[in-house]
Amino acid sequence: MKELLELFFIFAKIGGFTFGGGYAMLPILQKEIVEKRGWATDEELTDYYAIGQCTPGIIAINTATFIGYKFKGILGGIIATLAVVAPSVVIISIIAAFIQNFAHIIWVQQAFSGIRICVCVLILNAVVKLFEKSVIDKYTGGIFLAVFISNIFFEITPAVFIILAGICGMIIGEKKSHQAN
Amino acid sequence: MIYLKLFYEFFKTGLFAIGGGLATLPFLNQMAVKTGWFTETDIANMIAISESTPGPIGVNMATYAGYTTAGILGSIVATLGLVLPSLIIIIIISKILTKFKDNRNIKNVFYGLRPASTALIAAAGYSVFTKAVITLEKFIDTGNFIDIINLKALILGIILFFAMKKFKLHPICFIVISAIAGIILKF
Repeated sequence: MKELLELFFIFAKIGGFTFGGGYAMLPILQKEIVEKRGWATDEELTDYYAIGQCTPGIIAINTATFIGYKFKGILGGIIATLAVVAPSVVIISIIAAFIQNFAHIIWVQQAFSGIRICVCVLILNAVVKLFEKSVIDKYTGGIFLAVFISNIFFEITPAVFIILAGICGMIIGEKKSHQAN
Repeated sequence: MIYLKLFYEFFKTGLFAIGGGLATLPFLNQMAVKTGWFTETDIANMIAISESTPGPIGVNMATYAGYTTAGILGSIVATLGLVLPSLIIIIIISKILTKFKDNRNIKNVFYGLRPASTALIAAAGYSVFTKAVITLEKFIDTGNFIDIINLKALILGIILFFAMKKFKLHPICFIVISAIAGIILKF
């Protein structure tokens, strides 16, 4: 029970400070889940993001479900998911009820211009950590470059990259094990 | 039964919107036309609000639509409808993964997936960065070369980068500091 409460409060905190969608959640996940509690590894986070991008639903929610499930089974998955959306529900209900033109308030805009920059730098640091663990040889380096460049220049849904990369992984893995024999 | 309808419409969105929160937009547009719960202007406003509040846009839109059509209970029902498909699908995938995690093929798949996933996250960071720092529209407006780059934003970014290296504070601390800096320095 105590652990489930802890799970709820951590994910409520994460939901309350995730500005800009699922990717912005990553630095806080690394801090709270990987570094502080060891409930998942950096590699597992990368896997969850990969799966979250080619399955239905919002990445932030998919990731929360994964971690909650891994920590405490189905109940854990449900609690982490409810917790991560709870702050949004409260905040948006308040805005819808009381505050007209919230997004046009000047200091709100200024604050969020500041936050956006912070989120960029946080993501950069988070990516460096993941890069060290996922780009481990020339093949994975090639996949990283190919996906990064084509995602910036072409409008293709991330699911396509994930599926192609998975197939590449299988082929390269097979080839490697043949070479080893 | 408005609650059931809200639940059903957002359940469908949660089931078919693949990828990030923005993937829910086409579904929301369709829903706006079909149900009249919110207008397309409301959606545009909600994008702005979602950029200035925590949380994914899909969740925000579900809460907003639910609240305006059926009050607080409506906002809860719509949000639950949206997250339920993810919850079920991810739990099933988790179960399968735990079973086959030592399978060689699955390991190979993840060996390929990890760099791709990292690259997608890097690309998302890159696009937020260019939006925040490169202000091409302002340059076209003024014709002043200095306006291509939002210098204030770039400097704040560099300071934050080194501050994060030096002080191992919680990411949330840096977010709060940046918000205050944004207000004080009039970003």
